[in-house]
Amino acid sequence: MSTGLLEVRDVQKSFGAVTAAKDISVSVPKGAVYSLIGTNGAGKTTFVNMVTGYIKPDSGVINFGGQNIAGLAPRQITRLGIHRSFQIAQLCNELTVEENMLVAGAIHGTTKPSFLRPAHDKSARERAIATLERFNIAEHRNRLIPELSGGVKKLLDIAMAMAGETQIMLLDEPTSGVAADEKFPIMDLVINALKAEGVTVIFVEHDMDIVTRYSERVLAFYDGQIIADDAPDEVLSDPEVQRYVTGGPA
Amino acid sequence: MMHLPVYVSAIIAFVLLAAGSLVLPDWAMFLFAMALAKGLVCLGIVGMMRGGVVSFGQGLYYCLGAYTATLVANSFGVSDIFLLTLISAAVCLAVGLVFGPLLSSYRGIFFAMLSLALSMVLYGTLSKMSFIGGTDGLNIGAPTFLGWAPEGRPLQTALYIYVVAIVVIAGALMRIYFDSEQGLITLAMRDNELRVEYLGASVRHVMTYNYVFGALLGGIGGTIAVLALGHVDPEFAFWTTSGEFVFVAILAGYLSVPAVFVAAIILELVRSFSNLYFPNTWQLALGIFLLIVIVALPGGLGSLIKRSKETDT
Amino acid sequence: MDLIATILVDGLIYAGWLFIVSVGLTLVFGVLNILNIAHGSLYAIGAYASASLVGAYFAAGGEAFPFGSYLALILAAVLVAVVLGPLLERGLLRYFYGRDEVLNVLVTYAVFLILEDVMKLIWGVNPYFVYEPYTLLGDVEIGPLFYVGYDFAVIAAAIIVGLAVWLTLNRTQVGKVVLAVIHDAEISQTMGVNVKRIYLGAFMAGAFLAALGGALTAPMISVTPGLGVNVIIVAFAVVIIGGLGSVPGAAIGALMVGISRAASVHLVPEAELFIIYFVMAIVLMFRPEGLFAKTQARKI
Ligand SMILES: Nc1ncnc2c1ncn2[C@@H]1O[C@H](COP(=O)(O)OP(=O)(O)OP(=O)(O)O)[C@@H](O)[C@H]1O
Ligand SMILES: [Mg+2]
Repeated sequence: MSTGLLEVRDVQKSFGAVTAAKDISVSVPKGAVYSLIGTNGAGKTTFVNMVTGYIKPDSGVINFGGQNIAGLAPRQITRLGIHRSFQIAQLCNELTVEENMLVAGAIHGTTKPSFLRPAHDKSARERAIATLERFNIAEHRNRLIPELSGGVKKLLDIAMAMAGETQIMLLDEPTSGVAADEKFPIMDLVINALKAEGVTVIFVEHDMDIVTRYSERVLAFYDGQIIADDAPDEVLSDPEVQRYVTGGPA
Repeated sequence: MMHLPVYVSAIIAFVLLAAGSLVLPDWAMFLFAMALAKGLVCLGIVGMMRGGVVSFGQGLYYCLGAYTATLVANSFGVSDIFLLTLISAAVCLAVGLVFGPLLSSYRGIFFAMLSLALSMVLYGTLSKMSFIGGTDGLNIGAPTFLGWAPEGRPLQTALYIYVVAIVVIAGALMRIYFDSEQGLITLAMRDNELRVEYLGASVRHVMTYNYVFGALLGGIGGTIAVLALGHVDPEFAFWTTSGEFVFVAILAGYLSVPAVFVAAIILELVRSFSNLYFPNTWQLALGIFLLIVIVALPGGLGSLIKRSKETDT
Repeated sequence: MDLIATILVDGLIYAGWLFIVSVGLTLVFGVLNILNIAHGSLYAIGAYASASLVGAYFAAGGEAFPFGSYLALILAAVLVAVVLGPLLERGLLRYFYGRDEVLNVLVTYAVFLILEDVMKLIWGVNPYFVYEPYTLLGDVEIGPLFYVGYDFAVIAAAIIVGLAVWLTLNRTQVGKVVLAVIHDAEISQTMGVNVKRIYLGAFMAGAFLAALGGALTAPMISVTPGLGVNVIIVAFAVVIIGGLGSVPGAAIGALMVGISRAASVHLVPEAELFIIYFVMAIVLMFRPEGLFAKTQARKI
């Protein structure tokens, strides 16, 4: 068996009576684009949360670059290069788009965040705006978060996560809360930007058209378990997946 | 040059405030010195407010600084104001470094009440320790300035200029900090801790920095206050003292540093005015004033300044 | 052995008092989500009101039936709740529902400051003494130890208060509605609960309990300005230990603090002042939200 960049082995997690992850084992090679599908409550977010340190697995190993990261704090995992976006975009509502990006830049910068260097330094702002431009949201830079559309919020959320040296990016439902006609443009933008930097991508998605279009491999979750792990066409034609996840042949 | 506007404003502020020593009558100079010393403590609270927490027990450091200076002065015969300030600041820094990490995981009313509890422990201890004066407290002699021992008006003036200098330096440093990368991270954390952690910064560290800065400023403020008053007692750590510091911080808001000192001066003026005309209803006046500020000026005085600036441009 | 008995009895007496003064605070927080610093003022006003009423009672010839002064104590608490409860809740606090918790602490702090001076305006600054109710119940002998009977009446009052609150919350229709509001005010509102009335009722109950604490304490002390300050601080500690908004938590918190303080008084008197904070610190170290706090997991 080839070893992937991220190796998840026999991970378990329950919340009281609910088993949110049961014998989860996954291997993700470097540079791949994986997607996670499953009905509400199937355990997709739990998977993302465990890999990124928000919750600690009850047992099992999560190997990244030869190190078991299960149980590390989010901050430590982020510093290793595993970044994420959120089902509900996590932004600083009292700051502008540009300031949100400046925060990301200050923390991810090559030097430690300074007590003296102005946050609105010219070079810092240029870097922030460049990242915003890469995600096509620079025009909104002076607006406050609550004024933004769902799509722009999602893009900013992802752009902030990308401010550092990203090796793996986990996107939790990047197109939820996004207007229907914006979904494909946003995915195009995000996946291309990530691929351009050789980032390994794992995204959670409910829309099967997006899954088939953008992912190389699909993990189907049902009741805390992975019931299929294969190429998109294979997984979507799997009768079990059709019964438990997609609700019939596509 | 980096921070040039801050330096320029600081110099202007220093000159203006220091010029006050030429015109202000004795009572006003004393009042300003006390207000500015307390303003330092409040500036520390404002630093924490930017991170989303409010300490209801900043009297802890105000009192600790004052007692440290007094005990050092009385036991070792140190009277140099610079040395006394330095020693008190060091003690408060050390204590802040112990409590900061412990309090850094608490928010909201938990943080407020735990910090209050700490200050009340100090209050209780000092009240019981009769060998350092108990509830009566201690007296401290007049300070000297690098060997110079003025008396009367020159002493008042020297003390006043000293406070002004410290206030201007501390104010400028805090402004630079607030505008810095760390300062922005503090604001971000107040908004969304999860986001900050997921960017790779430690929320607890940021909390601790702000707490420790608050401890330092509180200790320096307490030292200056005791030197101006010549007397310290456990009331320095009492929760109503801390309550007034919070009041000033709320009145000032967290947007502007000078607003903190303006608010502190307003409070002292209102206090002496009420003492003169309504000696028994000072707290009543303060309470009503506080409600008015909360309702009418939720962003504090600082928001007025910022707002008028924005409409200018 | 005697020492343990002494500590237990002293601890229970203190715990009874603590429970009465803190249960109202936790109830108000549970329902209104406001940590009410003015709780301390309501306590002090209760003490003054009962001193006045009991004084008036004896001045009007109450000696003939001294036990009637107990009714005067309770009446004082009821008066405080009926007058100040609606005034504060309807007149002020309701405008701050849903605002930042710390901001609301400041609002009630302002009320505390105002009431502090109002009391001085009404009752002056000289102390009031109403010792009669304290001596009425005689002494109680437990082995070699003597206690004032009134102290046990405080324990009894605490038990009655605790049972009354618990039964009201868990065994009555109104109580179930209150619990629903504590759990989620918004959902309760959409389900047709008159949240406004519940808020007012809970605040008046809290005010009554605070004032009752003061009224019961008045005969044991000299009633002077500044009474409310210390009360609010220990009540906070008890409520935070138990978990904000939890009535059983307040009971356990009161017992823990009461007994630890009694133990420290007898074993390490120097520690008496901090023991309460020490217990609080230990509890918070292991349960950062207190013993019985409702925990809400944040979903991301
Ligand atoms: N922090 C938690 N505490 C308790 N239960 C949780 C927690 N997080 C998740 N769960 C439970 O674990 C199960 C899996 O939830 P998860 O959020 O992983 O689902 P999901 O596949 O992301 O669903 P959705 O499509 O709705 O986002 C659910 O039953 C959920 O209620
Ligand atoms: Mg999910």
